[in-house]
This record gives sequence, structure tokens and C-alpha cells, in this order.
Amino acid sequence: MAEANGGLNIRPMDQFRVEPLFGGDYVGMFTITNVTLWMALTVLAVTLIMVVGARGRALVPTRSQSVAEVAYSFIYRMIEDVAGRDGVRFFPYIMTLFMFVLFANLLGLIPWAFTTTSHIAVTAVLALAVFITVTVLGFVLNGAAFLRLFWVDSAPLALRPILALIELISYFVRPVSHSIRLAGAMMAGHAVAKVFAGFAAALGAAFFIPVLAVTALYALELLVAVIQAYVFTILTCVYLKDALHPHH
Amino acid sequence: MAADANDAVGMPQLDFATFPNQIFWLVVTLVVIYMILSRVALPRIGSILAERAGTITADIDAAETYKRQATEAEAAYHKALDDARAQAHRIVEEMRADIQADLDVAIAKADAEIAARTAESERRIAEIRDSASAAVAEVARDTAQEILTVFGVEAEQKAIADTVSARMKGGAA
Repeated sequence: MAEANGGLNIRPMDQFRVEPLFGGDYVGMFTITNVTLWMALTVLAVTLIMVVGARGRALVPTRSQSVAEVAYSFIYRMIEDVAGRDGVRFFPYIMTLFMFVLFANLLGLIPWAFTTTSHIAVTAVLALAVFITVTVLGFVLNGAAFLRLFWVDSAPLALRPILALIELISYFVRPVSHSIRLAGAMMAGHAVAKVFAGFAAALGAAFFIPVLAVTALYALELLVAVIQAYVFTILTCVYLKDALHPHH
Repeated sequence: MAADANDAVGMPQLDFATFPNQIFWLVVTLVVIYMILSRVALPRIGSILAERAGTITADIDAAETYKRQATEAEAAYHKALDDARAQAHRIVEEMRADIQADLDVAIAKADAEIAARTAESERRIAEIRDSASAAVAEVARDTAQEILTVFGVEAEQKAIADTVSARMKGGAA
């Protein structure tokens, strides 16, 4: 590891390496890697909170049941408020996205953990899944009327073609920003934490300065982990709203 | 390959060789989470929340019902109290009327008896008075007879009687 080498030989990107769990260098499609491990742990965490936590079915909830209920109500209301009442039928899908991103982010904060959501491959698949689903859904539900999403009726007629072009570009940029926002936030935070930790090893007696910085950064990262999950989900709801109600 | 990304400059995120692996496991993970959530977790939590909302609504309704029942009971109580009061008043009035009627009958009866007794007494007084005046006439006749005998005057019995009777009738004159 970087710290063990001493000096300023910090390699903050090593933590993002995808490696086979059971030896070897080859990473094939079905190889069991650290990705597999941390995604499995994400499934486990989601199951613990959402299934085991609520297994009491108490009328007056226990603490763990409250967590599950709050997560449920939070996303349910978000869909209702942002995408409208008819968006509720997509609740299980959006809940799946939210739970995966939230727990992948949070588990990634455990020291020596691998953060699956720091990889553009993962977030791009999530964002593309949302983008393709929403676009197909928009055309299936509204037919050609879905294209009115790009035709701003409230603008002066002369401006409308220009606005349509801008709207069209911004529409196709959506999956890019949607995925890079999440992966970037995760990667940056973890890399910076690693750099500061490397400083702590290199600075010797003054080690406490970077340690304090890492502690503060860690609190911030906890916030970022939750907020990025929230942002990813609410953007999904916004895109869903466009598919359900493409009128401005 | 993954090893190529070990160079300090490389970003493991851009090592496309690992993409199929990550995407495969991501899809597996998402499907598993979706199954767990949609089959078990979400229906369960949804039913818990619905049940709680139902219980709260039912409890509020029950409280509403109990409150209404209490108000009704209070109204019924007041009505019963008013009825009882009115009935008591009526019974008192009836009793008073009954007693008054009985009293009137008794008074009338007593009055009649008093009148009858008075008439009887008056009759008897009259009788006594009559018999007394008859006795006085007898005594007066006898006395007059005796007086006349003493004076040696022979007088007829009948004349004496007539004179006494005349005197007694105009006694006051």
C-alpha cells in the first residue's frame, strides 16, 4: 500500500482498482472480484434494513423499522411530489436505484472498502438505464407528442427552434451529467481522503494536522454519500416526470 | 488488463477491461435488490404504513363516536331529569286535586249532617216548648180552680179552661 512505502509516494487511485478476489490478474465478465464482494454487501445491507428491520411489523415501529419506514415514505413522497401521482407505479424501480446508490456510497466509506459507485461503468449503466427507460416510456405513453418536450410553447416563435436545439442537447447530456456527478463525487472524496492519509504517514510528528483534515473530510463525505444518493434519485424522478407529463 | 491500470497515472475507472465484470455484477445486484424490495420489503412496509394509517383513522373515528355518544347520553340524562320533574309536578297536582275533591265531599257531607242535626234540635226544642206551655195551662187551670174553690165560688170547669186559654194566648197583652 501507498502508506507503507513512506515519503510522498501516495497512490490515491489504487483503492479504485478492480481485482479478482481469489488470485490471478484476469478480470473476466464473471470473475468474482471486489466489485462482486461489495455489491453483495450492498444487497446484504439493503436486506438488513428493509426486510429484517421491518420484520416485526409493529404498529408502533422499533428503531430499525422506523429507518425502513422513513426510507420508504421519503422516496414515495419524492415520486409523488416530483413525478406526480401516476409516477408511483415506478416506485419499486426508483427505490431499487436509491437503495443501491445510498448503501454503495455508505459502505464505500468503510476503511479499505471498495466504492462501487465511484466507477463510471456502474453509474453510466444506472444513468443509461434511467435515460433509455424514460425516453422509451415518453414515446410509448405520449407518442410523437413527447417531442413537445423540446418545443417551448411559452417562448417567442422565432426563438423556439433555437430553444429546441438547446433542449435537445441538454436532454442527451442528461445521462452524462447524471452518471459523472455521482462517480465524480465519490471518486474525488475518496481520493482526497487517501491523499491526506498519505500526508499523515509522511509528515511524522505533525501527523495530527492531516488526521484532523481527514476526520473533517470524512464527515463531509458521509454527507456527500447521502446527498448524492438523494440527487441521483430526485433527478430520476424529474426525468420520469418529463416522460409522464412532457408539457412545460 | 487490470494490471495496466496500476501505473500511477492510470485511472482504474477508465480501465475498460473491467467494465464487463462491473456491469455484469451491477445488473445481478440490481435485479436481486429489485426482487427483494418488490417481493418482500416494499409490500410489507406499505402494508405496515397502511395498517397504521387505518388504525389511526379508526381510532379517531371511534373517539368521535364515543364523544357523540357521551353528548347523546348527557342529553338523554337531562331529558330524563326534566321528564321526571314534570311527572313529579303532575303527580303533586293530581294528588292535590284528589284531596281537594275528597275534602269538598267531606265538607258537604258534614254540612248536611250539621243541618240535619240542627233541624232535629229545633224540632225537639219546639216540642219541649209546646209541652211546657201545655203544662203551664194545666197548672194555671188547676190553680184557678183551687183559688175559686177557696173563695167559695162555684165555677164550671169548662169556663175556667176557656178563660185560661184565652189569657195564655193573649198572655203578653
